[in-house]
Amino acid sequence: MKILNSWLNEFGAFGTDTEKLAAAMTNLGLAVESVTSVGAPVKGVVVARVLRTERHPDAAKVHRVYVDAGDGVELHVWCGAFNMKAGDLIPLATLGTTMPDGRVITPRGILGIESHGMLCSGIEIGLDADADGILILPSTLKLGADVFEALGVTADTVFDLDVTRNRPDCNGYLGVARDLGANLGVKVSAPVSDKVKKGSARSLRVVISDKEKCSRYNATVMSGVVVTNSPAWIARRLTNSGMRPINNVVDASNLVMLELNQPTHAFDADKIANAFKIRCAREKETLVTLDGQTRELISTDLLICDGKDMPIGIAGVMGGASTEISSTTRVVALETAFFESSGIAATATRLGLRSEASLRFERGVDPYGVDDAVSRFAALLRESCPKLVVHAKGTDIKEKSLPLKQRVVGLRIAQVNRVLGTKLSAKSVSTLLAKIGFATKATSTGKIVTLKVAVPSWRPDCQSEIDLVEEVARHYGYENLGKIVPQSTMHGRLSPMQQRRRELREVIVGLGVSEAMPNPFLAPGDLTKSGLSEEFAIRLANPLVFEESVLRTSLRPGLLKAISYNISHRNSNIGLFEIGHVYPARQDQSTGELPDEYEALCIIAAGVNSEVAMDWWSQLSVTMGFGAQLDQKSVEPGYHSTRSASLRRGKQLLGSVGEIDPLVLARHDINVSVACLELNLAVLLNEIPKVSTAKSVSRFPRSDFDLAFSLPQNEPSSSLLKVLRQASGPELVDILLFDIYRAPGAEQDLSITSRSLTFRIQLQAKDRTLTDAEVSTARQRCIDAATKLGAQFRTV
Amino acid sequence: MSDQSVVTAMTQTVELAQNSALAAIAATKDLSAVKTLTADLNKKDSPLNTLKSELGKLTSVDDKRTMGQLLNTASQSVNAALLARSTELESLEISARVAREAMDLSEFATRRRRGHSHIVTQATQRLEDVFVGLGFQIAEGPEVETDFYNFEALNMPKSHPARSEFDTMFLEYGEPGSILLRTHTSPVQIRVMQTWQPPIYAIMPGRVFRRDTPDATHMPVFHQIEGLVIDRGITFAHLAGTIEAFTKAFFGNEFTSRLRPSFFPFTEPSAEFDIRRADGEWIELGGCGMVHPNVLISGGIDPEEFSGFAFGFGIDRMAKERHNVEDIREMYTNDLRFLRQF
Repeated sequence: MKILNSWLNEFGAFGTDTEKLAAAMTNLGLAVESVTSVGAPVKGVVVARVLRTERHPDAAKVHRVYVDAGDGVELHVWCGAFNMKAGDLIPLATLGTTMPDGRVITPRGILGIESHGMLCSGIEIGLDADADGILILPSTLKLGADVFEALGVTADTVFDLDVTRNRPDCNGYLGVARDLGANLGVKVSAPVSDKVKKGSARSLRVVISDKEKCSRYNATVMSGVVVTNSPAWIARRLTNSGMRPINNVVDASNLVMLELNQPTHAFDADKIANAFKIRCAREKETLVTLDGQTRELISTDLLICDGKDMPIGIAGVMGGASTEISSTTRVVALETAFFESSGIAATATRLGLRSEASLRFERGVDPYGVDDAVSRFAALLRESCPKLVVHAKGTDIKEKSLPLKQRVVGLRIAQVNRVLGTKLSAKSVSTLLAKIGFATKATSTGKIVTLKVAVPSWRPDCQSEIDLVEEVARHYGYENLGKIVPQSTMHGRLSPMQQRRRELREVIVGLGVSEAMPNPFLAPGDLTKSGLSEEFAIRLANPLVFEESVLRTSLRPGLLKAISYNISHRNSNIGLFEIGHVYPARQDQSTGELPDEYEALCIIAAGVNSEVAMDWWSQLSVTMGFGAQLDQKSVEPGYHSTRSASLRRGKQLLGSVGEIDPLVLARHDINVSVACLELNLAVLLNEIPKVSTAKSVSRFPRSDFDLAFSLPQNEPSSSLLKVLRQASGPELVDILLFDIYRAPGAEQDLSITSRSLTFRIQLQAKDRTLTDAEVSTARQRCIDAATKLGAQFRTV
Repeated sequence: MSDQSVVTAMTQTVELAQNSALAAIAATKDLSAVKTLTADLNKKDSPLNTLKSELGKLTSVDDKRTMGQLLNTASQSVNAALLARSTELESLEISARVAREAMDLSEFATRRRRGHSHIVTQATQRLEDVFVGLGFQIAEGPEVETDFYNFEALNMPKSHPARSEFDTMFLEYGEPGSILLRTHTSPVQIRVMQTWQPPIYAIMPGRVFRRDTPDATHMPVFHQIEGLVIDRGITFAHLAGTIEAFTKAFFGNEFTSRLRPSFFPFTEPSAEFDIRRADGEWIELGGCGMVHPNVLISGGIDPEEFSGFAFGFGIDRMAKERHNVEDIREMYTNDLRFLRQF
């Protein structure tokens, strides 16, 4: 909502201290988006007449305009706009004029021909919001006169307000003025209404068939209308408010709307067959609206129809073309109505047709502002139609569904003080509310003092006690409510899980990989491309773009894209990780529950193999206490089937480790191996490791021995390790796999089916030095157990 | 009786042996030579040891004592020279080894790089830390939400006009229009109210979704942090005080804050909060207000017994402005050249 300082002053003596006014509006919750000055006189811009125009063969984009600025001297000006003709009056910025943007007009010419000034568009001199060509001035102005003086334009300020949804009344000057008046102690009154005595009775028949959607309809007939341009001051007000002047009738209607937040619609009374019928549309009924578009309607849209039941307007949204005010209009039928807001909102949204009127009906208008609006319309139209007759006996139908003139809402003083932390008395609360037109009456039950607050009809937002508390707060001033830091009785902390997540991040970052945040939306096919099933992927019902219409079920596709991106940008040491949610669908959706969303981790790096992935896993499992079994027999889809493993605990899948399937890599144009580790953090981070119990360190020497075995390729080293661990006895401290030997060429030569593994077994007793005999028995037990597994002992 | 001539001859022999030993020691080139020489000089038939064994041949007790002392002194000086030489050579050898082993450490200065946390994560953690210091705990919730938690419980019943402002992304899941991507972190407020007991001092950081075309300052997927305090006797002044305390703790003591009236369906009275830099410029930060009684009721809390406030703002912008990132989309390209700067 744009508020002009000068116009606001017609509602009360607010003055021109724009900083003070802007601050007051801000403090009231009328957010001031911008404060701009318009119409500030530009010294040196005079009224000139176009004598003739002339093209120059070498200048395509400009032409030569010869003008007279009142002294009979022919001046030559180059001009890039072509909208003027001989005889037009235009604003000429004479040589030496400093334009609002700081430019100084000089004789700087084109093709060596000088220019004796510049012709101005409305926007260049701050007279118009539109820059469509040179401003054509009214033909009555005196040549050579200062344009601003001649037009009677004075400097003004426009406050652009961002009116919140709860303040529909502030979509009109009156609402803003009421709030501001209360705040600044300025008396506010509505602008003058029509004082002329009404003419002969002339009624139109009005039938409302949908009384829920339309609860008030006033149809007033006005004759003696001459359709013409609005007076300059009205046109300028509309322009500065961001609206286009159309003609005096439509402009008067728009001005009333801006002033009183009451949309009205003027029909050509000769074209409505003497009646209005307000009914819902029939399915697929059509209507050509004022903008020339044919609109197809549905049964919940409300229509204004004429006496022949033909649609002539979409109620509260836009009028029809057939009854539009035209130059031949002599009699006007003015509609001033109250439509139910959600219906208007639904129609406007569905048609994608948001008009200034629909916006106001959607937010809410004053159901009792109708009479003032009609009268104000007449007063404004009378400015250009002195013979206007407002006919008596206008039809005004009020249905039972019309909201009450005053709504009474209870407000406990104790509640005001409990929410705001104030110590306000009933009297001071009453005073604050009275200033904005809320009448109060104090009642008390025991010690509880309650105000019965009569909420005026222009404030549909105030429905309950808390709404009134907010009104008290606004007019008491938020800045006066104090600032107290509450003493939290809680112990501020991260939960153990959140603490672990932070530790985990530190460990991961220490691995040399950086955190990525890929888009959680995938393109259809992305999951398949990564070797994953799309079966349990959830689709967006209204995606922004098709390529982002699938919710990820794994972090892998996003990170693979990121890897591919970084490779194509020739970045080095490409290692990324993400900790984020994935959203696989629940297999049983009938329960109405949410998907199986959980937090996952994925670490991924290009140019390295499974050995690195296993290093990540062992670092993480050691530092974070993550535990899972490595299962190379069941590799998750999308992983390299012989170089990866799933991480399991019993049947529960906790993650995967290894390399990405070369086929998946090929599909992503990645031609190096990619190591990957994925973990289900929802499970693992919530497992808080037990606190370790201290064990005293043995004071006796440790006995180590090494054993080497040849183990078949298909037997994991972990099985051998497990067997050795069990066989080595209670004195075992640690077993290290410290050497692995494969015959050269083992990867190609399929006849080589085993490799050699060397273990160091460390034994130590708490209470004695182990004897050679004890160590040698343990050694033999290990060899026997390994042999039983199928390993072949190799003499070291 | 002393036999002067024997003594003189023997003294000369001792001096000779000693000098020869000292010369040999001085001539050693390395520790192993010193070791060999030590062994040689300690042999029974080494010149000095031979002389020692010949002491018995002297008849005079005085001569024996004189020669004995002379021999001992000679032996001591030889042993001292051996030790000195070996110490000297050892130190020379170590110096030589040190010189040989020279390493250019700058070669390794950039070998292993630590990774980098995303700037949004860094901002989130900084915010969390400030609020933890103010006595808050951290709550989390799902990103896929029901209509109830995202709207209805937040005082936006079905067909509430404000819903349309959230540009919600709905999922093809369950009943049409029932499951969505949360448009704000506020649903977590309801979940916290339902599961925790007041007093509640919680912040709720997380990822949120809006059907917004990406541009330099907007992403359809972004991050918010939200705060919720519910206790007995919580007033609007506590809200303003918390915002002020946060402003100073997070941005610096030279910053101040203000609240100005605004509108949100889930709070009343509602406010926008702005912070003021030392240079006097006001910056809009986020929204806040007293939790609407209907929201407390949705969360199973009696609004007559408890009151509370909530506030929220965007995290991405904090990261963007802290690091002067020109275009917010750059934060989500996952380009390592970008990520490694922070």
